[in-house]
Amino acid sequence: MADPLLEITDLHATAEGKEILRGVTLRVHAGEVHAIMGPNGSGKSTLAQVLAGHPAYTVTQGTVRYDGNDLLAMKPEERARAGAFLAFQYPVAIRGITNAYFLRSAVNAIRQHQGLEELDPLDFAQILETKLKAIGWDDSYLSRPVNEGFSGGEKKRNEILQLAVLEPRLAILDETDSGLDIDALKTVAEAVNKLRAPDRAFVVVTHYQRLLNYIVPDFVHVLADGRIVKSGGKALALELEEKGYDWLRPEAAIA
Amino acid sequence: MTSIEARVLQPYKYGFETTIASDVVRAGLNEDIIRLISQKKGEPAFLLEWRLKAYRHWLTMSEPKWANITYGPIDYQAIHYYAAPRQEKSPESLSDVDPKLLDTFERLGIPLAEQKRLTGVAVDAVFDSVSVATTFREELSKYGIIFCSFSDAVREHPALVERWLGTVVPYTDNFFATLNSAVFTDGSFCYVPKGVRCPLELSTYFRINAKSTGQFERTLIVADEGSYVSYLEGCSAPMRDEHQLHAAVVELIALDDATIKYSTIQNWYPGDEQGRGGIYNFVTKRGKCTGKNSKISWTQVETGSAITWKYPGCILQGDNSIGEFYSVAVTNNRQQADTGTKMIHIGKNTRSTIVSKGISAGHGQNTYRGLVKILKGAEGARNYSQCDSMLIGDQCGAHTFPYIDVRNSTAIMEHEASTSKIGEDQIFYCKQRGLSAEDAVSMIVNGFCKEVFKELPMEFAVEAQNLLGISLEGSVG
Repeated sequence: MADPLLEITDLHATAEGKEILRGVTLRVHAGEVHAIMGPNGSGKSTLAQVLAGHPAYTVTQGTVRYDGNDLLAMKPEERARAGAFLAFQYPVAIRGITNAYFLRSAVNAIRQHQGLEELDPLDFAQILETKLKAIGWDDSYLSRPVNEGFSGGEKKRNEILQLAVLEPRLAILDETDSGLDIDALKTVAEAVNKLRAPDRAFVVVTHYQRLLNYIVPDFVHVLADGRIVKSGGKALALELEEKGYDWLRPEAAIA
Repeated sequence: MTSIEARVLQPYKYGFETTIASDVVRAGLNEDIIRLISQKKGEPAFLLEWRLKAYRHWLTMSEPKWANITYGPIDYQAIHYYAAPRQEKSPESLSDVDPKLLDTFERLGIPLAEQKRLTGVAVDAVFDSVSVATTFREELSKYGIIFCSFSDAVREHPALVERWLGTVVPYTDNFFATLNSAVFTDGSFCYVPKGVRCPLELSTYFRINAKSTGQFERTLIVADEGSYVSYLEGCSAPMRDEHQLHAAVVELIALDDATIKYSTIQNWYPGDEQGRGGIYNFVTKRGKCTGKNSKISWTQVETGSAITWKYPGCILQGDNSIGEFYSVAVTNNRQQADTGTKMIHIGKNTRSTIVSKGISAGHGQNTYRGLVKILKGAEGARNYSQCDSMLIGDQCGAHTFPYIDVRNSTAIMEHEASTSKIGEDQIFYCKQRGLSAEDAVSMIVNGFCKEVFKELPMEFAVEAQNLLGISLEGSVG
């Protein structure tokens, strides 16, 4: 089998001096979809933020290789330009800047990194149209300011729109399902499914099994108290749905 | 936050000094100095009288203390009230102007030579106390438009000057305006005749160069019935350890159906990180919508000066007249700004719009102070005010003092205000999409100021964005 795209080994991380990740080990290959599940406070979102390089977290131990490189040595923007994308749990608003302008700036920052010419607004508009068509969405978001005045569901949709346009190799979805009603959840999941590709990996962080009915994972991992305490196939998610997380806790305590 | 602040704390780019022989009047202020200034300018008797009346009134006044700013005492006797580059004779054309002066303005991005002129913009270039050159004068005169230095206007159009001078800002108006009335040296004058739409952007660039001088310019713009003019103003000064006083007056008059659009990019030397040096900018700007259906629109981008004290206002006298104020004020390091507007509604169905954006970084203190006054006869008056503040870092401050005085119950007033902070989360979000920290800050600040930038003429919009360290590419508009 090819080398993993993402290889996390014994990752420890703290926030404000408190250890949240206590030795996470995970391998993700291109083309795979991994679900990270776990109770509140287990470190799911921290893992997502640490992979993206959020300055609020300090890695105290362990390694993360991404595409053969030391991910932890890269700045957040370098990780993004190398194709690591985080769909935020709480996307922030940027007043006065349209989605279209924001997306073009992001695409051009990535293109510049790849040694490609920047796209002008006209070229970019054409590319956008193609991308939107591919996921079956209209262009109603593009002229609105980034997440400004968006409902919770719209913000999550907007993250997926950015994912579709930026075409990352590794997409980390941080609780993309939270705050979505069932229709919005389906729309988002359908778009994600269309974006699944042999050269792209997904790490889907979620509290509920519900999302995984629509985005069917290849692997499910349970995170508890900062460690992966159980891994399995998609059936594990159903088991969790039925039994909850508590039955895994003693195992976490022993490990 | 350091990367964010570093982005905003850009070095001052216009701090060079021009070495040139200057004719400087001795320091101090008294009637003899005023007579000397008037004599140097060859002024008619009415103007000298006006100056002296202003001076005598000024002696009875004291510096205003109500603004939210702190600064050391200003020694008015230590200031040189007149400084001019020495010239053999008054230049008839550009070829007579000292190349050093032309070079200075070229370095500031204001080429004056015919081949290099900015297209679509007529420029009056003021260096210390005098106007060096005014471009496109001839071309404009074909339309009957008078655009020249204030001194030339006094010589060539004394009747117009006498008729309008002090009709909006009387010589008794306030401490700094009164001082200006006594000692003003140059500035720009513009008259647009009936029904003429000025085909060019008019512009004045003010440069302080000499040491220990103050700059006291005066600008007067009259838009006759049904005319339109857009005027731009820019300024800069060398980096010096001393504070220098700039006390200007601008008067605008719009007659029936006339429109004046007045834009400012204020980039006086702001002082260093410790607050050493920098311009004290005490300015009185006011427009009078004398005629019905007239409109005066102020747009300002205030990034420079150690202290900014200015409240460009509109007196909405004509029925259906409109006043607008769009402002971006940036205070960084130890800069202090107390700025805003006054909208005085007198006529029926008068409308005003106020959009103020304050950005504070470093130890900067930014105050919005605005007055909206609806007088008894102003039936159906409307005002919309929006004051937004943005904080960068945790050592700066934003303050808002909106005053509202309504004496007619038909008035409709709206006021919105917000304060936000550029946060790590916003920066991180942009970085996660591949943008650098610098681009992220630029984008966030630019988006915040967008409503004001879109009011600027194209030529200035770009300069404004560059001033804020913003690379833009079509996100405005």
